[in-house]
Amino acid sequence: MSARDDVLARIRTALGTQQPPTEVARDYRTTDDRPLPELLDVLTDRLEDYQATVHRCAPDAIGPTVTAALHGIPGDVVVAPGVPAQWRPAGAIEDDGRPAVDLTAFAATLTGVTVAVAETGTLVLDASPICGRRALSLLPDVLVCVVTADQVVGSVPEGLARLDPLRPLTMISGPSATSDIELQRVEGVHGPRTLLVVLASD
Amino acid sequence: MTAVFLGIPTAPAGVGNLRGDRSFPDAARDALRDGQLRANLGHATTTIRGKRAGVVAEVPDWAELREAGRAIKAATMARLDEHLIALEEQVTARGGTVHWARDATEANQIVTALVQATGATEVVKVKSMATQEIGLNEALEAAGIEALETDLAELIVQLGEDKPSHILVPAIHKNRAEIREIFARTIPGVDPHLTDDPRKLAMAAREHLRERFLRARVAVSGANFAVAETGTLAVVESEGNGRMCLTLPQTLITVMGIEKLVPTWRDLEVFLQLLPRSSTGERMNPYTSLWAGITPGDGPQDFHLVLLDNGRTAVLADEVGREALHCIRCSACLNVCPVYERTGGHAYGSVYPGPIGAVLSPQLTGVEDNASLPYASSLCGACYDVCPVAIDIPSILVHLRAEHVEAQTRTTPEAAAFRALSKVMSHPRLWRLAQRAAGLGRFLARGRPTLPAALPPPASAWTRTRDLPTPPAKTFTQQWAEEHGS
Ligand code: SF4
Repeated sequence: MSARDDVLARIRTALGTQQPPTEVARDYRTTDDRPLPELLDVLTDRLEDYQATVHRCAPDAIGPTVTAALHGIPGDVVVAPGVPAQWRPAGAIEDDGRPAVDLTAFAATLTGVTVAVAETGTLVLDASPICGRRALSLLPDVLVCVVTADQVVGSVPEGLARLDPLRPLTMISGPSATSDIELQRVEGVHGPRTLLVVLASD
Repeated sequence: MTAVFLGIPTAPAGVGNLRGDRSFPDAARDALRDGQLRANLGHATTTIRGKRAGVVAEVPDWAELREAGRAIKAATMARLDEHLIALEEQVTARGGTVHWARDATEANQIVTALVQATGATEVVKVKSMATQEIGLNEALEAAGIEALETDLAELIVQLGEDKPSHILVPAIHKNRAEIREIFARTIPGVDPHLTDDPRKLAMAAREHLRERFLRARVAVSGANFAVAETGTLAVVESEGNGRMCLTLPQTLITVMGIEKLVPTWRDLEVFLQLLPRSSTGERMNPYTSLWAGITPGDGPQDFHLVLLDNGRTAVLADEVGREALHCIRCSACLNVCPVYERTGGHAYGSVYPGPIGAVLSPQLTGVEDNASLPYASSLCGACYDVCPVAIDIPSILVHLRAEHVEAQTRTTPEAAAFRALSKVMSHPRLWRLAQRAAGLGRFLARGRPTLPAALPPPASAWTRTRDLPTPPAKTFTQQWAEEHGS
């Protein structure tokens, strides 16, 4: 018997014939009815609580806000291929699909997001053109994410409902961190040590 | 119905890290003498308990989430075979390869062969309980393959040639000064002025691992969740070492216990709320990676999923004990356990320490191989209260104790003593005699509130770990008779 058949047979033996009911009561909150301005404030608060820097701006001021946020960071900026031209800072280089490890040459990355969850301060990137491949938001030491108001939801269930589970997804809540030394959180380990968020709303 | 009766094998001995070489009381006695260990553990568990309580209190529907988490896991187990087949179909359809391993030995062989096929002689690893359980690093090393742990705490343990002592923070038994000493001693070219500032220590790890991430061709990971209906796998982490391993190498091998799956994508909305708040006490952990098979042009192009039994089906066969398979490895039960807080994780002998370890390890190995663990608890119930999937650990402990006692062919002194006690207590004349004999205890105690621990055997086996109060001068019945007349 193959290991597969063996393990499956063991499971069936272990379960026997009487299988318990499998009802799952979903009595928890699946929506968050707070008005958008409040959600944007919660998102900002949660991001800042985990040491991200948030720049709020009007939708037509994203480009200048990104440029201002990146001020003083020495080195080249790489952008995901789908990032709109008006968001890109002068001199930014579009990701050309070079070997992933070569992305370490860049000081900063600029991407969009797919969805942002206010309650947990979470940004989700789904490897679409505006988010870029996964290595892009990982290797450069500064990550700049642009979030537009229509992408912000209140709760985790609402966030997951907007995602495609077949895409490679990265959920980001603050810069990389560790709690491994005396269970105290320290920001900045292997992922980007600086997370800058540009939050655009009317 | 037990696994033994049904003929379902438990995790084999001689491979992996589920059995200690000493019983829990023996190992605990040494740990209790280590004042530094107790100070480190007390500090760390107090910190995390406070953080967890804060972020759990923020969630108004925590009880409902917890109940949903419990119910989803129960539903998963009830149809585990069907969900695993669905997962296999989905992963395969998206370009991955699924392997099945009956036990640790088989899983180690599969992974070793997969690494050898790539020609690589080193692999980078994401922290994974399953691969620790099966002793994968040792197996790879025997095949001439170096396995590099990349999680900070795992790295500390590996560099210190130590053993993990906590599910989430394997180096919880070390404080910052001890970690600095390990880094200064073992990392080549480390800054000689390295201080014990946690940030500086984290930076030293970053420097040390950066090059290795960039050149790695093979990564080995575990998985926190796998979604049966979509083939999506999830790794929850903080540092970004997981993302490095899951994204940069050409080949990714994920080893996952068969109980880790959830039926639907939607189920993750429950666990991604329960897990981070229960484990690190954060609203959300910094990074969660999700992937389904391979994606051309993004991440590993060769993906293998190894589904591991290693005693899990034996646990599943026990209708009471199977709840231990619901565990999402958050470690909250360790952090609140008064026994764990004092003994630390090493005393449990298994990679799964604390309350969950006390119920999981003996079931995976068969209770006779970890017979002291079901007793490594005061049954205070704190573990059940914090468990995000409401595993009734105290009830399983009692169930396993009963199983252990029933399995005894020889009568233990403890069992004999209780049998004698029950006889004496049901005969008033014998009981009065016994109570008068207890007066002897007062003589032994010589005025101290507890009896000396050094009673002769077999009584010493009991008093060594318990304080026996000195018997009162008069029994309750004597006093009642004096004050009220008989
Ligand atoms: S038993 Fe519950 S509390 Fe303990 S680690 Fe598992 S999920 Fe967490």
